Order: sequence, then C-alpha cells, then structure tokens
Amino acid sequence: MKKVLIFLWLCVLPLKSFAETGVELEHADANAFDQLSVIRGAGYYGEYCLACHGLKQIRYSRISKDLKVNETVMRDLILLGDAKIYDVVRSAMPVESAKLAFGVAPPDLSLVTRSRGANWVYTYLKSFYEDSKRPYGVNNALLPNVAMPNVLWELQGPQGAVEERVDGKLKIVGVESRGHGTLTERQFDQVANDLVNFLSYVSEPSILQRVPLGKYVIAFLLFLTYLFYRLKKEYWKDID
Amino acid sequence: MSQRDRGASFLAWLDERLPVAKFLEDQLLKYYAPKNFNFLYFFGSLALLVLVNQLVTGIVLAMHYKPAAELAFDSVEYIMRDVDWGWLLRYLHSTGASLMFVVIYMHMFRGIFYGSFKKPRELLWLFGMVIFVLLMAEAFMGYLLPWGQMSYWGAQVIISLFGAIPVIGEDLATWIRGDYVIADATLNRFFALHVIAVPLAIMGLVVLHLAALRTVGSNNPDGIEIKKNRDLVGIPKDGIPFHPYYTVKDLYVAGLFLTIFAWIVFYSPDMGGLFLEHPNFDPADPMKTPEHIQPVWYFTPFYSILRAIPSKLGGVVGMGSSILVLFLLPWLDRCPVKSIRYRGPLFKIALTAFIISFLGLGVLGTKPVTETYTLMARGFSVIYFSFFLFMPIFSSVEITKEVPLRLTESVLPLAKREGFQWRLIEEGILALQHSPLIESLKGLMSKLRGNHQGR
Amino acid sequence: MISGVDNEKRRFLTQAASVVGAVGASLVAVPFVSSMRPSAKAEALGAPVEVDIEKLEPGQRLVVLWRGKPVWVLKRTQDVLGSLVELDGEVLDPRSEQSIQPAHSKNEARSIRPEIFVAVGVCTHLGCSPVFRPEIAPADLGADWKGGFFCPCHGSKFDLAGRVYKGVPAPVNLEIPPYYFASDNQLVVGLEGEHAS
Repeated sequence: MKKVLIFLWLCVLPLKSFAETGVELEHADANAFDQLSVIRGAGYYGEYCLACHGLKQIRYSRISKDLKVNETVMRDLILLGDAKIYDVVRSAMPVESAKLAFGVAPPDLSLVTRSRGANWVYTYLKSFYEDSKRPYGVNNALLPNVAMPNVLWELQGPQGAVEERVDGKLKIVGVESRGHGTLTERQFDQVANDLVNFLSYVSEPSILQRVPLGKYVIAFLLFLTYLFYRLKKEYWKDID
Repeated sequence: MSQRDRGASFLAWLDERLPVAKFLEDQLLKYYAPKNFNFLYFFGSLALLVLVNQLVTGIVLAMHYKPAAELAFDSVEYIMRDVDWGWLLRYLHSTGASLMFVVIYMHMFRGIFYGSFKKPRELLWLFGMVIFVLLMAEAFMGYLLPWGQMSYWGAQVIISLFGAIPVIGEDLATWIRGDYVIADATLNRFFALHVIAVPLAIMGLVVLHLAALRTVGSNNPDGIEIKKNRDLVGIPKDGIPFHPYYTVKDLYVAGLFLTIFAWIVFYSPDMGGLFLEHPNFDPADPMKTPEHIQPVWYFTPFYSILRAIPSKLGGVVGMGSSILVLFLLPWLDRCPVKSIRYRGPLFKIALTAFIISFLGLGVLGTKPVTETYTLMARGFSVIYFSFFLFMPIFSSVEITKEVPLRLTESVLPLAKREGFQWRLIEEGILALQHSPLIESLKGLMSKLRGNHQGR
Repeated sequence: MISGVDNEKRRFLTQAASVVGAVGASLVAVPFVSSMRPSAKAEALGAPVEVDIEKLEPGQRLVVLWRGKPVWVLKRTQDVLGSLVELDGEVLDPRSEQSIQPAHSKNEARSIRPEIFVAVGVCTHLGCSPVFRPEIAPADLGADWKGGFFCPCHGSKFDLAGRVYKGVPAPVNLEIPPYYFASDNQLVVGLEGEHAS
C-alpha cells in the first residue's frame, strides 16, 4: 500500500514552472466557464491581438455557438473585415508582411495557454517595460527581447523594469508602473484576465462539454461498481 | 419446435462445428485459481481492459488522423475540436496509454513480489517481458504521432541512441528514420507500425501469455502450487472456479478502475503535464529544441540511467541492459521460496532499495540535468543494477521461513506480521482509535443510533 | 451446491448488473458512432455558396461546388421554357410530386425565376454527374432530343428542368437545392433566405 501511495504521489507531482527568467509567474484565475469574461476577452482579442496573431484551430462559428452570441455581436467582437462565420480565425496581416515588420512571424495563439500555461500568458501581458534599445521602445521581462510591441500600452500606462542583484549580476525581476493609463491597475488586470480566459477557452473548446459531463459519468460508474460489489459480496459468501 | 428448443438446437449445431461452450467451460468454470488473490492480482485483467480501450479508441482515431508532417498536428486538433466526441476518444487513448504503464508496472511488481517468474513460470514471465518491450515501442511510436515539439525531439533523441552502436549505428539510425532527421517518412512508418504491426504482435503475445498461464496456473500471495493439494476428484483444495468467483471480483475492480480512469479523462487529462506534456501543444519545429526535453513519465526511469552514464555508448548499453536484465530474473533468483512472505530480510531489503531506486530514477528523469541530480541518478543506477547483480548471491544464502502447505490470507493481518515497522503501525492505529476525535465521533454515532432506536 | 445460497438474490443482482452494464455499454457506443458523422469541418465546407450571375448569358451554364457536389446554374431561353410544357407527356413526373425540391421550386419550370434553373448535378440513379447537352436533336440522342442532361453512366435522360424521362433507370427528377436571390445578380445556394418569396 505504501508503494501505491508513493506511486500516486509521483503521478500528481507538479512538473515544472515555465518561468525561465527571474520573473515569478503571477496567478491568473483562468476560467473558460466565465462566459461574460470570455466574451469580453474575445472582444479585446479582436481589437488588440487579431491583427497579428491568428487562432487557426478554431472557427468563428464555433465561438459563436459556444459563447451563445449571434453573428451580429460576433461582428462587433472578433469577426472582422470580410471574414465569414464558417472561416477559421486568421490574422489580418499576411505572414510575409508581418515578417517584414517584426522580423519574425507572430505565432498562432490557438494553443498558447496549453503549451505555455495560462499564468505565463497573464504574466507576459503585464510584463512589458520601456526600453529604448528595442525597436518599438518596449521589452518584456518574462520573454526578453521579444519582437512584439506592447499593444495594451494605452490601457496600462508606461512601465519600467525592476532590477535586482542576483549572484553579483543585475537581473530584471519584475516591472513597476511609471505613469497612468486609461485604466486603473485593477481594470487592466481584468482585461488581461479576460484575454487569458478567452485564450483558455480557445485552446480547448471541448472543456465546456468535458467538465460538466464528468460528474454524470462518474456517478454512473460508481453505481455500476456498487452493483458489481454487491454481486461479488454475494458470490464470495461461498468462500469467505 | 418452441423458441427455446430452436435456440438449443442451434447451439448444439454450432458446438459440433466450433466448441465455444466447451472452450468457455474449460477456461472459466473448470479453471481453478488460488482462492487468496489480493488486489495486486487484478492488474493482469486490467491490462487487458486497457488494451481493448486502446484498440477501440485507436481505430476511430486512425479514421481522422493524418500521418503527414504537414497535417499531423492540425489533424489532432481537428479531432479535438471538429470531430463529434473526438476530444473524448483522444483523451481516452492518451490517458489509457499512461494508465497501461501504471497497470503493467504494478503487474510486474506483483510478479517480483510473490515470485511469479520462478519455475515453472519462466516462459510466462518471458512472454510478459516481450509484451512489456513491445508496449514501450508502441507507446514511443504513438507519441510521435501528435507531431508536437516533445514528439519530435523525444523521437530525435531516442532514435539517435541507435547511432551509438559501433560501426553500423549511424546507418541504422538513418534507416529507422528513413531520412537524415525525423521527418515525414519517419512519421508515416511509425504510424504504420503503431496501428498495425506492433498491436498485432502484442495481441499474439497476449494469447501466448494467457496460454502459458493456463498451462502452469496462477501463482498466489503464498507462492504455493495449489495443484499439489488435490481432493479425491482431482480439484485443487485451495482452488476456486475462475467463473463466477474471479469474474465478479474482476468486474468489481474494473468498475473502480474505470471510475478513476473517467475522473482523469474528464477532470485532468493533462495530469499537470505528465500524461500530455505542455510543449507538445507547440507544433514540431526542427529549427528549435525545447529547453528541457523529457520522455513521458513511464520511460523516465530508463531515461535517467541513460543520462547518468557519461558516455554515449555506455549510456545506451546501460539503458538497454536495465530492461534486458529483467528477462533474466527467473535465473538470477536462486531462492527456492517464491513469495516475499516467507523470504528472508536480505531479499526484502534489496527489493525495497530496488523500488526506491526505480521510483527515484523515474522522478529524476523528469527533472533538468544538474550536478546533484546526476549524482543521485548515478547512485540509484548502481542500486538498480546491484539488485540484479547480487541476486544470485543473496538469494542463495538468505534464511527463509517455513512455507505453509495450504493457502493463508490474501492480505496478512497486522498481528501476524513480523518486524518493528508493523508494530509501529499497529500502535499508531491503536493511538488513533483512542484519540479524542474518534472517541467523540463514536459517542456521536452511538447517540444517533440511540435516538433512532428510541423513535 | 453449497447450502444457504440465496439463488433468487444472485439472479436479481446478476440481472441488475447486466442491465446497467448494457446501458453503460450502449452509452459508450454513442461517442464512437457519432464520431463517424460529418465533422464540424465538413459542415463548414457545406456553408452556403454565393454565385454571381450577372455575366451569365442565356443558354449558358455555371457549375459551382456546394457540399462537395456540383450545382448547376443554367439561364434558360424563352424557347426552352416554352418547350417544357410539350414534354409533360414524356417525363415521368411532370409536376415534381416525387422529387426533392424546396417549395418555391415546385412548379412547371422548377425554379424561383423561370429563366434561372438551379439543380444539384447528381443523377438520382447512382450518383454520376450527367452531361449538359443543350443542342437540339444530336445524332447520338435522337431526333426527339430538345436539349437536356444525359447521364453517361447508365443512360438516364433529364430535360432542361431536370425532369427525368420515362424509360430510363433514374427514378426521380434531379434534386433542387435550397437557394435564394440575395440581389438581382447574386444567387446564394445552400440557404432559403428570408428573401426567398
């Protein structure tokens, strides 16, 4: 039994954090079931992200169906330009011109919360700081020298890097506010969280079916197991 | 002719040509299994259950999956999103792969624990070991198919191992890949092997494994041959018919197992990155290696041994022999007593050290390489191999206890166990029973019962 | 038999477990069976198709792909429309009682606008796509041919309203898909829009 416990412990061992830099990941309350937040996130995504980053693994029609918003609302949120409802979500900018503008093609973000983690995305969005050495005047503490400009700058206001001496070397450990944006800090955190929730939903839309179904399956299996248990008990009277 | 007669005559017609009923009767009703199987004995039938799950879900997944480098990653996401219930089938398959190894490792551990590999079950053990190696090949090739970053780089590393073989190594690795790197050709052939060749071989060996088991009969927690004690009609005195007793017991345990299975599938299919690794949600990119490559958890003990040895060829030989040495177990263990219940402390200590080293290697295999971890992995590797290396010695000198003639309990009660650790546990339980919390609960219960009766 | 065995209870428990187990097995079959239905991708590919008919000349035909099937858009001349009535005696189902078409196309010309004929170009016999043969009385189809569609697989013949002739293997008229006119020159195949009248 002891070995079984060790084994189980081994199974649930959290494996690794994704922070490769000195920045600690902030905790996002990633929740794909918060429908209003996910809808808001879709709107922010359409406004700030979709120009460069596609979500090619999902169709507008799926988003519309899952979030229960009709095509007209979808047009306001994320269904932009001449895209049609059955299309997959592609970025507005062609890959070639994006490469010219940023040097690299902006990655597709369909699965970013599954590969990097929701907390990573949340922290990343909040970790931009002013850095005159970079082409767009900003850098990111979590992903240094990233080619992406800070698209949420106006909302957040300018930020600066916080440096600390670690093992004798100056290292960026975080960012701090250096002025006001159009939103308060709490409002901005909510925007970042809405985006994370939307991306969590996009990374696994089937979660909306998976989790609610689970309890019924397990209840059924427990009932079946109970019947088998009674059956076993009854027959094993002969032996025990 | 009544309905019933017609049915009976059809069965008789069938039985003359294909004796299904007789076969089932021989295999289930007339197969006498030891009566004291404990929970470690369920993992064989559970492995069969998982195998069926893998086959059935695999067939449907193969209908939607596209084994081409350009399409593979997206086709898996297509299954997850566009195919009706595709997500469920995929999670059943991926969770099943991991649980297969949980079950198989428990099954193998049971074999070592109760000496099930010993005479006359050597062939049974060998067939089982071949199944284990085939399952590893099956899992490894299946893991390439999603064509994520871990799929790609994991396969790159493992196939490069063949390059360590002197003279022919590099050519062999290239031949396996069908290209100079992991490429479309590799994916396509791995798909063919994963869905046809290896499953066929596994199923064939499962039949042999079961046939061998049927011939020699099951071992038991006491390690006694029940066939040596027969009654007047030749039925083993300590045996019970497999059906209905073990069929109903297996069903019950299968129900419990499926509940756990379902819990993982519905609530934690990633298992925090153990069952589905996070970097595998990035499509394979031959230009960029992920910062930390690790195989899926069930390969990590062997992978740790590979990393612990500071030489390419040495590492490959070490990893290979860590698996191969298990084949030799029936001949390395010289002790005439099978079950750990009646073996001496030497074996118990050695087995404990072996299990700790196996689990330790497994955990270390998921961690990035650091100096401390490498040292630890080396220590564990030494223990791992010492277990087998010194087995012929300690197993022939150990002082065993007297083995009873007839079967005893399926799980030994605490009172019958020897050793200070059991006394400690016993005292702990006793202390717990008299703790204020339990006492007050007891009081509450009897009060409730009193009220109930009063009404 | 061992004494004291409650066979009644055993039978009941066995039956209960079997019934619940069978229910479980059939529920498990649902995902496997429905995963083989057309996926969301196939549905998306079945999305309505827009056709621009501004440049379509009388007598000319366009072929578009809708749900993986060819859909014909044919502009018929007044002569052709006039000749349809004459063929009533030669076709199997002149009033389209048996065939599949939206309500708006269940008429003599089998169309919303008489001159624009829209049909799924798949023979109702065994699924080949018939050939467009608009010419009058060609050598191979005989002197009575007034223009129509001829299926090369098994020789079924249809007139220019997609009605099947008597004495050929195809059982019913060609299918008319749902469609509507979004504007004068814009045809949408696959939906019966609110514009349909």
